[in-house]
Amino acid sequence: MSLRTPLGKVMGLGSAKGGTGHWWMQRVTAIALIVLGLWFMISLVAIGDLGYHSTIAWLARPLNAVLLSSFVLTMLYHSKLGVQIVIEDYVGSPAWKVAGLLLSVFVHLLLAMAGVIAILRIGAGGGS
Amino acid sequence: MANDNRPLSPFHHYKPQLTSLLSFAHRLSGIALSVSAAGLVYWLVLLADGPQALESLEILATVPGQIVLAGVTLAFFYHLNNGIRHLFWDMGMGFEIGRTYLTGWLVLAATLLMWIAFWAAVTDLPGGLP
Repeated sequence: MSLRTPLGKVMGLGSAKGGTGHWWMQRVTAIALIVLGLWFMISLVAIGDLGYHSTIAWLARPLNAVLLSSFVLTMLYHSKLGVQIVIEDYVGSPAWKVAGLLLSVFVHLLLAMAGVIAILRIGAGGGS
Repeated sequence: MANDNRPLSPFHHYKPQLTSLLSFAHRLSGIALSVSAAGLVYWLVLLADGPQALESLEILATVPGQIVLAGVTLAFFYHLNNGIRHLFWDMGMGFEIGRTYLTGWLVLAATLLMWIAFWAAVTDLPGGLP
C-alpha cells in the first residue's frame, strides 16, 4: 500500500530519499565539532606564536595530528551537508543545481585530501 | 497544473525579529565557515610546503586581513553556540516563544564572550600581528 497521492506519483515529487541520513549525519558531525572545534581554537591560543616552527612542532605531535585531521574531515563533511542544503534551497534550475552539487562534492573531497596529506607530511617530517 | 503565480516565501513582508535574524545568521555564518575551511586547508598545505610558502600569509597581518580573521572567528563562535541551540531543539526542548528569545540572547552573549576571550588570549596569528 502506498500513501502517496496519484498526483504526487505522476509528478515524481514526494520522496526525499536519503533525507533522514543527511539530517542524522549533520547532527552527528555537529556534536563532534563542538569538541573538536573548541579544541582547535584553544590550540591556536596554546601554540602562541603561530609562526612556522612553533606550528610545525605542535603538528608533529601525533595526538595533535590525529585530532586536527579529525577536525578537518568532520568539518568538511558537515560543510558538504550544509552547502548541499543551501544549493538545494536557493538554486532553482535543475541543471545548475546538479552542477553546483557536483562541484561542491568535488571541492570538499579535494580539500579533505589536501588537508590530510598536508598533516601527514608534516607529521612524517616531510616538510622541506 | 503548475502555477507560477503561487505565493512564495513572505520573507520581505515580515518585520525582522531576533528569531529570524539568528536563523539567517546561522546559515550565513555556515557559508562563511565553509569558505574558511578552504582557508584552513590552504594554511596546512603551506605549512607542509615549508617556511617560504608560509610567507604568503603575511597578508593576514594587514588591516583587511585582520578584519577577515575577526569575522571568521565571530562566525565560528556564533555557529557553534547557535548549533548547540539547534541540538536542544532537536531534542524537543526550548520551543516556547519566551524560551526561544531567551536562548537567542544567550547565544549572542556566549558568542561575544568567547570571541573576546579568544582575541584577548591569542598572541600571534598566521602572518604575524602587526
